Amino acid sequence: MVSSASRTLSTIVACAAALACSVSADAIKINGAGATFPYPIYSKWFAEYNKVHPDVEINYQSIGSGGGIRQIQAQTVFFGASDGPMTPEQLQASPGRILHFPTVLGAVVPVYNIPNVRTELKFTGPVLADIFLGKITKWNDAAIAKLNPGVTLPATDITVAHRADGSGTTYIWVDFLSKVSPEWKSKVGINTSVNWPTGVGGRGNEGVAGLVSQTPGAIGYVELIYALQNKISYGTVQNMAGEFTKASVESVTLAAASAATQMPPDFRVSITNAPGKGVYPISSFTWLLLYESPKNKAQAKAMVDFVKWALTDGQKYCADLGYAPLPESVVKLEMAALAKIKLS
Amino acid sequence: MRRSNSRSELAFRLGIGAFGFLIVAIVCTIGIVLAVQSMASIRKFGLSFWLTRTWDPVAGEFGALPFIWGTLYSSVIALLLATPIALGIAVFISELCPQPLRQPLVFLTELLAAIPSIVYGLWGIFVLVPAVRTVERSLPELLRGTPLFSGPPLGLGLLSAALVLAVMVVPFISSVSREVLKSVPTAQREAAYALGATRFEAIRTALSYARTGIIGAIMLGFGRALGETMAVTMVIGNNPRISLSLVAPQYTMAAVIANEFTEAADELYLSALVEIGLVLFIITLLVNSLSRLLIWSMNRTSRVVTAPEPVHASA
Repeated sequence: MVSSASRTLSTIVACAAALACSVSADAIKINGAGATFPYPIYSKWFAEYNKVHPDVEINYQSIGSGGGIRQIQAQTVFFGASDGPMTPEQLQASPGRILHFPTVLGAVVPVYNIPNVRTELKFTGPVLADIFLGKITKWNDAAIAKLNPGVTLPATDITVAHRADGSGTTYIWVDFLSKVSPEWKSKVGINTSVNWPTGVGGRGNEGVAGLVSQTPGAIGYVELIYALQNKISYGTVQNMAGEFTKASVESVTLAAASAATQMPPDFRVSITNAPGKGVYPISSFTWLLLYESPKNKAQAKAMVDFVKWALTDGQKYCADLGYAPLPESVVKLEMAALAKIKLS
Repeated sequence: MRRSNSRSELAFRLGIGAFGFLIVAIVCTIGIVLAVQSMASIRKFGLSFWLTRTWDPVAGEFGALPFIWGTLYSSVIALLLATPIALGIAVFISELCPQPLRQPLVFLTELLAAIPSIVYGLWGIFVLVPAVRTVERSLPELLRGTPLFSGPPLGLGLLSAALVLAVMVVPFISSVSREVLKSVPTAQREAAYALGATRFEAIRTALSYARTGIIGAIMLGFGRALGETMAVTMVIGNNPRISLSLVAPQYTMAAVIANEFTEAADELYLSALVEIGLVLFIITLLVNSLSRLLIWSMNRTSRVVTAPEPVHASA
């Protein structure tokens, strides 16, 4: 009885081992995990890349930026992905040197629902900060009216809608508010979730968009892709040059180009409120995280080749999926940085 | 012959005993793992974690009180709404229902329990929340001034969460209560009728005979409501502020873990979220132990139908 059970077991183990060998023999498998925001383009990239290079299989789990950082620190995945750069403490706590590589750009837009107002509203950073701090509570507040002459704003109460789940979108939004409002910076600060002074929390972009569309007088923020795909109207935001710009693929790429002139060598840079003309101020990179000296050299070589492809040929898939492509200048800097990864 | 018999008997006992022990081991392991993983937060905040109201991931200040409050408040309101309805269903099905209707009704109430909670959440967002908002808007000014209804009428908030939870726990309470009522001996009812009781009085006797079982059923529903995550987070408004208002957005323990766990990158933040899990675990244990204690003390004072085990059914 016992011997027959153990025989069955050993047969199963042998089969499983044989199966595992046969798979790993002909393909390089790379596992990654992290941010949900770039997941649509990453999965597109991995699928397209696999068509050109059938010997490389990249598997990505969109478990969130925080999860991605934890997994790469624990070395359970080969690469991580994050919507916010790792903090110096997190880099310190990692077992090896981790490099950041921007892949695409995203933007966050203010969406609102004001009864009987159909025109596109203009916002400035300080006004948005005061609304989200709970200091501006009515739509006909003088601060909003001054920016939007000719628009009849009702005396409706403002309901702030924000993300309840931790997210890179929130990170970009509050990073911008911190730059334009000293009060936001000291009272609330920057993180993927914050202690909101006011408002209600919805889960995911769809949760916030649902809240805003259902609640008269609501204002919230969603990713540009989400607003575009769901045809939600959104406001313009004043940039450093004083222009009210609308988020678009072009104005977001411009923000990155303007930041590229002062790009730090490790690419850990926030490009919210970037200077320059035509720039949309609530924009951000999203990053891939790689070890400078990976243990598995075969995987490292395949991954570096993939990143090179993604930064050049891969960028053409951006626009269709609502992301903004990287400007040439940033791609050039990254190509040089990729050479630093130790492949032997 | 006899020897081999006693040997297989022993093996059987040991095997079954191992399964029984497994449950204890699993519960203990969950508790230990939660405690170990939340050590950073336990060391830093100690008992004040249970008592402070700030939840600020940026400053690294964490207090669980608003989540404890939101969890208990929404579950209690849900039970207040669900218990009378569920008991009504149970009594109707077991005592008054015409035979051909009985099986379809039993099937339908049990079907309610089989609907995934995310579906309840979607139904909550698209149907319940707008309806609740309309009701909240039409509340008279006098009521809106009271602490129970103060705040802007958003629709999202504690009331919506409690209503969704109530619908979700009704099938649990009614199914178990129905089984308990079914196990009341016919002699009890016959005795009541023999003494000249009306139908209502006879049912009341049966209910009183089955009361510990019914309390067990309610506690089962309470456990379910405490741990429900997805449907609640979609309609409660997710705002960690302690408020008596049914209209105000609030937050629950299970919801904050589900919402913030994936993006929590620094160690203290993560450990505070795990400690929320530990708090939820402890509160669930306490609720279940208290209900056992209640049933035990009732059983001691009167011989009644034994109650089913109150189990914590998680989402």
